[in-house]
Amino acid sequence: MVEALPTALEDWFAARGWQPHPHQRAMLERADAPCTLLIAPTGGGKTLAGFLPTLADLARSDHAGLHTLYVSPLKALAADIKRNLRAPVDEIGLQIRIEDRTGDTSQTVKKRQRVDPPHILLTTPESLALLTSYEDAPRIFAGLKRVVVDEIHALAESKRGDQLFLALSRLQALCPDLRRVGLSATVDHPEEIARLLARNPAPCDILYADPGPAPDIAVLTTEEAPPWSGGGAAYAIPAVLEQVKAHKTTLIFHNTRAQAEIFFHNLWLANDEGLPIGIHHGSLDRAQREKVEAAMVRGDLRAIVCTGSLDLGIDWGDVDLVIQVGAPKNVKRLIQRIGRANHRYNAPSKALLVPANRWEVVECVNALEAARAGDLDGDPRGPGPRDVLCQHILLTAASGPFAADALFVEVASVGAYTDLTRTDFDACLDFCATGGYALKAYDRWQRLQQRPDGLWQLRDPRAAARIRMNAGTIQDSDTLKVQLKRNRGGKPLGEVEEAFAATLSAGDTFLIGGQIVRYEGLRDMTVQVSRNAARKPRVAVFSGTKFSTSTQLSQRTLRYLQQAHWPDLPEHTADWLRLQGEISQLPEPDRLLVETFERDGRQNMCVYGFAGRNAQQTLGLLLTKRMEDLDLAPMGFVASDYATLIWGLDEVIEPKPLFDLNVLRDGLDGWLAGNALMKRTFRASATIAGLIERNTLGAKKSGRQATFSSDILYDTLLKYDPDHLLMEVTRMEAMRGLVDFARIEAMLSQVGDRIDHVRAPHVTPLAAPLLLEVGKVPVQSGSAEERLLAEETAALMQDSGLASV
Amino acid sequence: MNGVSITLAGCTLSALGSGALWWEDQRLLVVSDLHLGKSERVLRRGGPAIPPYETRDTLLRLEEALEATEASTVVCLGDSFDDVEAARALSEDERLWIARLQAGRRWVWIEGNHDPGPVDLGGAHLSELPLPPLTFRHFAQTGQSGEISGHYHPKVTVQTRLRKISRPAFLFDSDRIILPAFGTYTGGLRSDNKALSELMRPEAMAVITGHTPRLVTVPR
Repeated sequence: MVEALPTALEDWFAARGWQPHPHQRAMLERADAPCTLLIAPTGGGKTLAGFLPTLADLARSDHAGLHTLYVSPLKALAADIKRNLRAPVDEIGLQIRIEDRTGDTSQTVKKRQRVDPPHILLTTPESLALLTSYEDAPRIFAGLKRVVVDEIHALAESKRGDQLFLALSRLQALCPDLRRVGLSATVDHPEEIARLLARNPAPCDILYADPGPAPDIAVLTTEEAPPWSGGGAAYAIPAVLEQVKAHKTTLIFHNTRAQAEIFFHNLWLANDEGLPIGIHHGSLDRAQREKVEAAMVRGDLRAIVCTGSLDLGIDWGDVDLVIQVGAPKNVKRLIQRIGRANHRYNAPSKALLVPANRWEVVECVNALEAARAGDLDGDPRGPGPRDVLCQHILLTAASGPFAADALFVEVASVGAYTDLTRTDFDACLDFCATGGYALKAYDRWQRLQQRPDGLWQLRDPRAAARIRMNAGTIQDSDTLKVQLKRNRGGKPLGEVEEAFAATLSAGDTFLIGGQIVRYEGLRDMTVQVSRNAARKPRVAVFSGTKFSTSTQLSQRTLRYLQQAHWPDLPEHTADWLRLQGEISQLPEPDRLLVETFERDGRQNMCVYGFAGRNAQQTLGLLLTKRMEDLDLAPMGFVASDYATLIWGLDEVIEPKPLFDLNVLRDGLDGWLAGNALMKRTFRASATIAGLIERNTLGAKKSGRQATFSSDILYDTLLKYDPDHLLMEVTRMEAMRGLVDFARIEAMLSQVGDRIDHVRAPHVTPLAAPLLLEVGKVPVQSGSAEERLLAEETAALMQDSGLASV
Repeated sequence: MNGVSITLAGCTLSALGSGALWWEDQRLLVVSDLHLGKSERVLRRGGPAIPPYETRDTLLRLEEALEATEASTVVCLGDSFDDVEAARALSEDERLWIARLQAGRRWVWIEGNHDPGPVDLGGAHLSELPLPPLTFRHFAQTGQSGEISGHYHPKVTVQTRLRKISRPAFLFDSDRIILPAFGTYTGGLRSDNKALSELMRPEAMAVITGHTPRLVTVPR
């Protein structure tokens, strides 16, 4: 049956001289299908397509309570959709309540929404998971007919998506007739996303909209040569400013918040004409962000310097140019970002890439080539993570008693968990109930208890609030609020990481929200600052976003380096590659280039594997372990998509033996011990699984001696319970199920003994970008620390006349 | 033995890498803030089930320190148990282990804020232990001298040529020694915290724990 558009909607389209797009019609025809995934380019009326069946249904008949749930990855997107949906709904004359519910919604409104839900509720995966954890969830969701998951391709890449799809399985149990709709940008494997959205084993159909014209993307070339390393792109400020002047509205994307801050600062200093330019990123105070968003919607701004917080389908009207500063770490992200420009369906999107350093010129040129070839990359994700499942079980328990059998059936219908065995599920349940330790202790206090009727429930119902407070899968590092120092609570400016705040002394200056501030002190866990006119700030180190690797792009780039000439590179960058050939050599397929050089009192070793960041990271772990065994005092490493840089106290004179596959494989089990990367991974998983609580009721972090580091829990488990569920999860995550070791293995067997060692006089062109790469992994508790301490304290012991006994 | 010697009120003491303090003349070993039974207390109070291995890990390290020193007296400077109920909840194995460690030794439990009441384990329970010219108590008291205490879990950060290194540490000056926490599930309070910098003299020094204990200056 062909679903006709109700008259009111038909009239609304006609009054504007519009025709629904074919895919919008198709969505309407499929209104009763249990699951549909729509693949459409940004600007193709994707969101309206998702809502049309809802509007049509509500136009035809009254509906009491919640009708449609809309889930998006961003709070800002929910607010934006509310705005954009309101206008047509009012114009059509529908009596529909549309509300959003995110972390920014007030407690009063949230409470009211539970008692009296709107017709359309716009929310995020986190807020939805919380909603399902309330005892009154069955009442809140009574009558729910549709759920629309927007930007599903972005959610599918992360644990936020796993949490969302688990929550959907709960909703489906509450509302058996629930229809699922997913809206996605272009992706390489739509069937994988369809499987995530489906209520398995039932299928999910895929609809393709006309992809529209290919985007118009180019690399911004400048007279000025980019630096050898670093991510600031300050050299390109004049050229970028020219572009801003030549366009109506420009979005300038950065890979990290810190880079966005520095770039905005420099842009502002060079902005002689005083063009209205704003900054937007996730660390800024909410009020500041909203101000910029509002100015953008009014068309008051000519440019916004931003990060991923502005990413993803937000409709900013008249954006006619997107600039990406720094190499996009994968091409998929690049194409999706470019979707921001020119939101008209039939006009090509226009974008410029601004490489921040010379290596990024090479990467950008190759990324563009990949984009033109339609070679969208990205590695498939493994099976559904069990830490997220543990949190789901706890949230389910918070909503009321549950049957393990029924919950298992629900979970197994979720795409990422279809292969989950009952044994694995029971291990997660046992973890939630008792901690799941080999040593059975304190049974009387266990968190979940099985009642005589077989249902599981919280031992202490008050634990429900605690579980909700710690829900979520986003691993924010601990942050502190930044505030202007005043007598009574000054203006909030944003947040910095606690680790960064700890390095500040009174008088230090740093950038936040585009202004330079001076650190005055810490009060009530708030960073107190004053305005400062310094021209050169210390830089706020917000941790950079970790992008997924793109092995294909790395391999493409390696092949590119083999060319005799690089006619498509700017002269400065081609010269720079030739210099690499002179000082050292260019990496080649089937060989492994290893460079060593000294810098700032450290001995560096750079290994060019072109195996993607995860594999290069695994290589860093294995090599530092080997170096520790050989007493080479390694101190840390950092990995990029193409190389691993290791530094330590001693020079590696003979690297070949380090790469002995058999020895590396032997080290595989041992290398887990004491490594900072493993501890970092453990901390994330343990927090998601509910073993570590970020928030406790009414307790404010104060006396630090009360809390102890999660590293201690990791060390303890390693020693006494190495097969514990969370240790298994940590190993899986850190090594992505050994896939990346396999990649290292393949690379090294291919290389054999063709290892080229170059002892360079100083840092080489290709190694330089790694010096400022984010995500450095320290090697702790190794011999290097003892030697550094000995060095530092030797003189003191002599001077004081005290001696070691 | 691996230690840094500290002289307090004419007595020679040795700060060990394990975080224990050794008084050779008296064959007396001091440890502080064991926080045994912490995982039980967290769980009992509605928190997460953290790994229940801290008691055996702490006892294991204490046993190693006892074997290395062959101490005839052991003084636990308070907060030996995460609370009195946690002490009662120790398993039979753990109680026997403690009894084994106590055999043939004088053993003193000093009261701390976490464990103010007596516990049903062997050894003497005291609010403080005077052994002139030294006094052993949980909280440092201003105006005292020859005082050995715990409570604060001090830690110290050393800025080396290439890296900052932060570890639990002994703080000492001419009046007192404050011990680092010995328990496995314990965190640290930075030496520049007001509570510690007000308590210690400006010329106070520190001994950081680890494989080799080392004398360092105290960041204030």
